[in-house]
Amino acid sequence: MHFLLLFSRQGRLRLQKWFTPTPEREKKKIIRDMTAMVLARKPKTCNFLHWMDLKVVYKRYASLFFCLAIDDQENELLALEILHRYVELLDKYFGNVCELDIIFNFEKAYFILDEFLIGGEVQETSKQTVARCIERLSSLRNSCRRLRL
Amino acid sequence: MSDVVERTLTALPSLLSSDPSPGRPSSTSKLGTLIRGITELTSKHDEEKLIQRELVSIKEQVSSPNTTMRQMKELMVRAVYCEMLGYEASFSYIHAIKLAQQGTALDKRVGYLAVSLFLNESHELLLLLVNTVLKDLQSTNLIEVCMALTVVGQVFPKDMIPAILPMVEEKLNHPKEIIRRKAVLALYKFYLIAPNQVQHIHSKFRKALCDKDPGVMSASLHIYLEMVTEKPESYKDLVVSFVTILKQVVGGKLPIDFNYHSVPAPWLQIQLLRILSLLGKNDRSTSEMMYEVLDESLRRAEMNHNITYAILFECVKTIYTIHPKAELLEKAAKCIGNFVLSPKINLKYLGLKALTYVVQQDANLALQHQMTIIECLDHADLIIKRETLELLFRITNGQNVKVIVEKLLEFLRHSKDDYVTIDLGGKVTELAEKYAPDNSWFIRTMNTVFLLVGDQMQPDIPNSFLRLLSEGFESAEEDQQLRLLAVDSYVSLLQEQPARLPQRFLQVISWVLGEYSSVKEGLEPATVLRLLAPLLDLRHCSSETKSWVLAAMTKLSAGPACLSVAQELAERHGGSLDTTLRQRLHELQHLASDGELLRRVLPCSDGLEPLEVDSTLSFLDGFVSEALAAGAAPYKPPHQRQEELAQEKALSVEPYGLSLPLSLSSSSIAGRLSPTVLSMSSGLSGNSTELSPKGGSALRLEGVTRVWGKEGYLAKAALKPEEAAKTEVPCPLSVLQEGGSAPRTPVVSLPAPAPGPSLQAEREKQQLASCLFMGLGSQGAAGPCLMGKAEPTRHGFRKKVKGQGSSSGARGPSGDSASSSPSPLSAQSAMDNLLCSSPLDSGSTPSPADSAPSPADSAPSPADSATSPADPAPHLPHDLPANNRPCDAQEDLTEDTDTSETVVEGNSVAVVDPYDPEPLCLSPHLPEELCGLPRSEIRPLCRDASLVLSACCVRTDHSSLLVVFVSNASDSAARRFALQMTSGDLEVSRVRGGPEEEEEHVEGHSVAVYQYSLVPTRPSVHMELAGRASYQRPDGEPQSTPFSYGLSLPDFIRPLSVSTEEYGRLWLASSNDIKQNLALLSQEPDPLRATLHRLRDRLQLNVVDIIASEGIVACQLLQGPPCLMHCRLNAGCLAVWLRSSLPELPDCLLYHCQRALAQH
Repeated sequence: MHFLLLFSRQGRLRLQKWFTPTPEREKKKIIRDMTAMVLARKPKTCNFLHWMDLKVVYKRYASLFFCLAIDDQENELLALEILHRYVELLDKYFGNVCELDIIFNFEKAYFILDEFLIGGEVQETSKQTVARCIERLSSLRNSCRRLRL
Repeated sequence: MSDVVERTLTALPSLLSSDPSPGRPSSTSKLGTLIRGITELTSKHDEEKLIQRELVSIKEQVSSPNTTMRQMKELMVRAVYCEMLGYEASFSYIHAIKLAQQGTALDKRVGYLAVSLFLNESHELLLLLVNTVLKDLQSTNLIEVCMALTVVGQVFPKDMIPAILPMVEEKLNHPKEIIRRKAVLALYKFYLIAPNQVQHIHSKFRKALCDKDPGVMSASLHIYLEMVTEKPESYKDLVVSFVTILKQVVGGKLPIDFNYHSVPAPWLQIQLLRILSLLGKNDRSTSEMMYEVLDESLRRAEMNHNITYAILFECVKTIYTIHPKAELLEKAAKCIGNFVLSPKINLKYLGLKALTYVVQQDANLALQHQMTIIECLDHADLIIKRETLELLFRITNGQNVKVIVEKLLEFLRHSKDDYVTIDLGGKVTELAEKYAPDNSWFIRTMNTVFLLVGDQMQPDIPNSFLRLLSEGFESAEEDQQLRLLAVDSYVSLLQEQPARLPQRFLQVISWVLGEYSSVKEGLEPATVLRLLAPLLDLRHCSSETKSWVLAAMTKLSAGPACLSVAQELAERHGGSLDTTLRQRLHELQHLASDGELLRRVLPCSDGLEPLEVDSTLSFLDGFVSEALAAGAAPYKPPHQRQEELAQEKALSVEPYGLSLPLSLSSSSIAGRLSPTVLSMSSGLSGNSTELSPKGGSALRLEGVTRVWGKEGYLAKAALKPEEAAKTEVPCPLSVLQEGGSAPRTPVVSLPAPAPGPSLQAEREKQQLASCLFMGLGSQGAAGPCLMGKAEPTRHGFRKKVKGQGSSSGARGPSGDSASSSPSPLSAQSAMDNLLCSSPLDSGSTPSPADSAPSPADSAPSPADSATSPADPAPHLPHDLPANNRPCDAQEDLTEDTDTSETVVEGNSVAVVDPYDPEPLCLSPHLPEELCGLPRSEIRPLCRDASLVLSACCVRTDHSSLLVVFVSNASDSAARRFALQMTSGDLEVSRVRGGPEEEEEHVEGHSVAVYQYSLVPTRPSVHMELAGRASYQRPDGEPQSTPFSYGLSLPDFIRPLSVSTEEYGRLWLASSNDIKQNLALLSQEPDPLRATLHRLRDRLQLNVVDIIASEGIVACQLLQGPPCLMHCRLNAGCLAVWLRSSLPELPDCLLYHCQRALAQH
């Protein structure tokens, strides 16, 4: 995995995660290319794209596009399911997740991502376990608040 | 403390419920205000102003001393948001690090997140994070440890790995599975960026693989996939474990929460399948172990869901990669068929991808689906089209090349993506060079490529094209025809519209016209000059192209007509500001007026003799030695210069002695101090600057030679081209059609054709199919063969071995920017649920972490046995010091031919060569003076019908000798026997023995002995010697057999006897050093002594002195510099510090020390 981007139908970036070191300039170019390419796709086309020597797997959930770049030899369908699992995790945490949740709580979306993927590899595939990790951390917040109160 | 955390965790549910909704937008926050502010704006300019204002305010607040950590956290989130929108907030980086360092758990988390988003591995600020990570790793708070490991797994400076490595290793034994899992992933990260650093913990990876928690186990598979990719033969013993794990996963033995849409742990399954495919490749016996579980996987994956298809795809790939089994291949082929025929477009894509992968082994499969492929070729989705072309590219042969290249060019004409253009251009060129049916087609195709791809083309395409024209191939007549055709077409191109031609093409054209326009009869040089001259006036013509043009003109400028053109040009361009251009013009003018001089300077030669190039630049030797005598600094190659530079910049990883917690200092600081520093530091007060004398304890990692590369041990790199060439062999498609007889192409029978226009379309398609698939499958029922028989393909042109790299280096389009007008957030669409129907399982209840049922407990049991402590590190299959393993290619071959039997000894797989010429009976032939000296065992090198070559390496005090035994078992003598040997790492010189060179004979039933002295030119872990034995058979036919021989560093290491004082002096004089902890032979009564003696015995090191818990050891590279080693007992392991004046030596020696100690 090379990077994960979330952007809206208007091409606005909502989340970016780079799993390989990428210079700032390159990042901007990639984001530009990705939004342009993905948004230009017609319906009923496949969910995969070629970009340089990478494969880009994207999927639209409501108004948000999830877009993951993988190596050419990797399994595109599996990547698609990685996106789906991430959406499921977001959904479990936010409860009926929508784009606004991710916009206003993007740091939490990042935390969830960090428990699911790390360094470009799937860290934990068990939804229960990931959910448990996230819960632990949010409980931390609550207990902190209580202590202050 | 940890109890507190535990209690907090168990109190979780009640706390959660107190929070009404965990994640709804907190609209009152400043972030919320910012986001809403941005949404309301309409122009990009306004947005920029707003963000700049925001950034100024953030900057003010973060630097204010009154800002609390909590506020800081909020500020960081805003800074991250601004960066996401593309505005730089670099001032906040340092504050993110501070937040991670000083904040309470929650603030810390945001700090770490910001760091991982802001900085990448090479950012220098990351160094400031090291201490924080160290502190958190030691924390008793689980969450802090988790956070530290998470960040380490994402970004961590490579140079600093040694500082935290021991602690991360420790975490592998942590009672909490989440910590173990994260530690494994952190080590995976380390393995990726610095494989040398984690070499010694391979055994711990095995433990992780056997972990009772499936999460930890699957995390360890990432590392195994990487390691197996690099060196599959070292992990063959784990096949059984992997197969068992996969069986249990497929059988649904994992806890239910690992299921994904009721498929058991798909990620785990796919990871295992990948590892198995690597292990089973070209290995029959290993493959046989997997057949059953692969069959089972295929059978179980029946559900109609993406994830099952993903597993099936991986299964198919594995089945086609490992040693083939007819039954499985059949099932896999059916699977691919289902994919290709699926109405779901994603599956169709994957089916095409699988076909592309598979056709190289089984071309018939493409035939079965030819109609689908034709349909995909016209698919509306460009991606599908492109993938189809990729497939066609793979099935190209001499017969269908025209049609396929036409299809590729058609796509090329419409392609807007630069990367695709370059890639396809390269592919067309490759096909044209390989399979061109005739000369005029070749020239036409290349012209189109030059025109379409233009100036982004990889530079090697015009180069190899020109070389092809100049060097020619089989017949001189053909060559001449090719040149003529090229000249013809270029002349007409120039007559038409030269302004539209790309630069590269213009350069090619001018060169060809300059060299070969004389080939065409009746074409006057002056005419060509007049054609070329206008090119100089073109505005877009670069000065490089102009030089090409002028060079071509100079070659042609003979006769008065040319002189006038030259003068005309000189007048027009004489005032050019470009000096090169002016010089060339001047030359042209001069040479055109002096025919005699022209002939001397540019002799007209048709049969171009290859030029002798003195690549060593020996003619400069005199100049260099003069300069050196005059006091100039000797030349250093760039890598050495860089190394030295890096050395100056290197950081000290010594933590500040006194400020560190005790547990750390005991485990790592002490181990890293040198003998000299130790004595100094006792009187010091922990001042770090004094603790690290210049260059002394500075850790230098950049300069370390890489023992591991992407392809495995770098020492084997010499083997690569051979292997690459093997895989380059085109797919076993028959191109051998005798006498151009009509190709037999099986065409699928179509259903009864419908009347009307569709009939016409069908017919066209069918026709296309018969063109495209011509020549495929005409081998009849040859069945799938894995290796692809290297049949004598009729190459139209020289086959170019081209790696994947040829298409890299290309750059994508600059790209038009996305719509920049920020449209207001449509609340409605934004409120849409991302998951239309929540697929979340409602019935599952969260089970507490600790009481998770683990039926998987039984899973690792077979693996356990593989890692019981009694096992001698099974991933090190070589014996020391005899490192003469047969090269891998040979191994593969012998295994493939099925004549050798594989014997498992201990845990390493050894291939027993049935032709082994009983090395024992060769030892009497060893020259007398060498008897009794230490030597490696005699191993066979190569053999053919009559000769058997064997060799061993003998170590004398001052040299290493390679003794080659040539035993002739046949009745007749082998005449003119000669041995040639070369090596990149070794200097090989003949010593004596055996008959004199050239007219040497090896009589029948005798053994001739040759001796070669070997001197390493530079140290490396393994050294490869490639050679060739050639001789004449009695019937006069020359015979030649290649061989290779592997040596390792210990063959060239000699003990160095010095006194302790001398040792001290040498130590200070050596500059390159490396430090590492080694395993100790702890079961011995005196571990230090036992360990050092083991090293002495195995690696010929001299133990100079042992004082209390420290020991000093010295050795020397044969005819090279010494290498010193200082050892110290430290927390159950041996902290060693190696130094030498040769940068690579300590690293290589350390590697062998690890190996020597790993073997019991």
